[in-house]
Amino acid sequence: MPVKVFLFTSRMSIFYFIAFLSILFSLLVIFSKNPVHSVLYLIITFFTFTIHYIILNAQFLAIVNFIVYMGAILVLFLFVMMILNLNKDSEPTKSIYVKLAGVIGGGTLLVTLVAAMKGLAKSQPVVLQSVNLGSVKNLGQVLFHEFLLPFEVSSILLLSAMVGAVLLATKDSNPKSTKPTV
Amino acid sequence: METTDLIIKLVLVVIIFGISLVVAMYSTYAERKIAAFLQDRVGPNRAGPFGILQPLADGAKMFMKEEIIPTKASGFLFIVGPSLAIMTACIGSAVIPWGPQMQVAGRIIDLQVTDINVGVLYIFGVVSLGVYGIMIGGWASNNKYSLLGAIRAASQNISYEISMGLSIIALLMLTGTLSLKEIAEQQHGFNWNVWYQPLGFLIFIVCAFAETNRSPFDLPECETELVGGYHTEYSSMKLGFYLFAEYINMFVSSAVMATLYFGGYNYPGMDWVAAHAGPTIAPLIGVAVLFAKIFAFIFFFMWIRWTIPRFRYDQLMHLGWKTLIPLAIANIALTGVIATLYNHYFA
Repeated sequence: MPVKVFLFTSRMSIFYFIAFLSILFSLLVIFSKNPVHSVLYLIITFFTFTIHYIILNAQFLAIVNFIVYMGAILVLFLFVMMILNLNKDSEPTKSIYVKLAGVIGGGTLLVTLVAAMKGLAKSQPVVLQSVNLGSVKNLGQVLFHEFLLPFEVSSILLLSAMVGAVLLATKDSNPKSTKPTV
Repeated sequence: METTDLIIKLVLVVIIFGISLVVAMYSTYAERKIAAFLQDRVGPNRAGPFGILQPLADGAKMFMKEEIIPTKASGFLFIVGPSLAIMTACIGSAVIPWGPQMQVAGRIIDLQVTDINVGVLYIFGVVSLGVYGIMIGGWASNNKYSLLGAIRAASQNISYEISMGLSIIALLMLTGTLSLKEIAEQQHGFNWNVWYQPLGFLIFIVCAFAETNRSPFDLPECETELVGGYHTEYSSMKLGFYLFAEYINMFVSSAVMATLYFGGYNYPGMDWVAAHAGPTIAPLIGVAVLFAKIFAFIFFFMWIRWTIPRFRYDQLMHLGWKTLIPLAIANIALTGVIATLYNHYFA
């Protein structure tokens, strides 16, 4: 069927294009001098991830990635970066030992990752059983039947992280002086 | 998809875009007229009869003004800010069902650009993206007042998004779908969601005010403290884009509220009208009804702006985190209990 082949190839070319963009922007995150620019590139990187999810037919995951990562977490990142107002003048100069340790640590991580990748077999293309595989209904069914316990446990994990953050933020000798000042 | 369908969708997109812009344009006029009415003044009345050409004069003024980019501002992002603000404002209207299916020359036309099965979440995503325009613009201006405005906008948006999401969850528990088209269809006649979710609607409308940065939540541009807030350094049409984006946001969020809670294009007696007006005219009446609801909401936005003074920043945070979020969670619990009991004993 030529139409299907066409769809397949066009989808593959979209994938390659978006994958290229993902890698390009994630590199720009590392290489840009200004931290605020880095966060902005990170936002674009996450946006390309959203497109990846849509290509994989996972609409719910795509939109949640969009709302949670792009719409909330990275807004907070940007928020913190803007408040700190980091630039070249205020950046603390790191000693040569710290830089060396960073290089060695990063290199080791790279070796580990490459070794782990080498162990992976090339995956077979999975045939999609149903178009609505990634829909909210199916995801909800799976989450609340098959994976109910891990789901609830992870929610408790998040709750405890939240309580910990609040505890750290309010750790003050005079609890009445915790009014926001922005 | 056929070529004809594609053309119809394209025409629909252009029409909706045009309507959004015209409504936003005349919202500026309406705002000034309503402010004048509430303050017992006349308002703009020079350009054309009743000042009806005032928005055109304003637009011409915006375009003619000198374009200033501060030397210390980061040039590219300074332009990205307002562009992003107006872009995110415009893409929200893509999933709103503007009317029931219309029959023209034997062809059935959906009066909705696209019906994605996560429509409500899409709206939510667009809303959460809207803050970037303000943040980037405020930061790129390299001005302390702008930065403070941007930071306020960010923290305000994040705080109110949470209660907005929680209030929607209670609604979704009743509708059982995330598609705006299905939600609109479920509210046939006078079976509107607001009768089942009054508290949820109240929370949602408060959050909508906060997300669109409308008074009493207009702290990001609070002129008594921050000169002009995030748009202090902006002039000419870039400022115009920010102001325009606010009005388009107001239009889209009014449309969302009308669709989610006030029945969208449904109205009592629509079956009788559908039987008598035919399958071409009746949907158009539905569209008119939806627009009447939208205009009522826009009027409400303006009414509040010229009646209620601005919050203080700590009051804003207090309302968001300590009042609306607990209320929204209580609403979810209450909705769950009542829905379960109802399904158990009456259905």
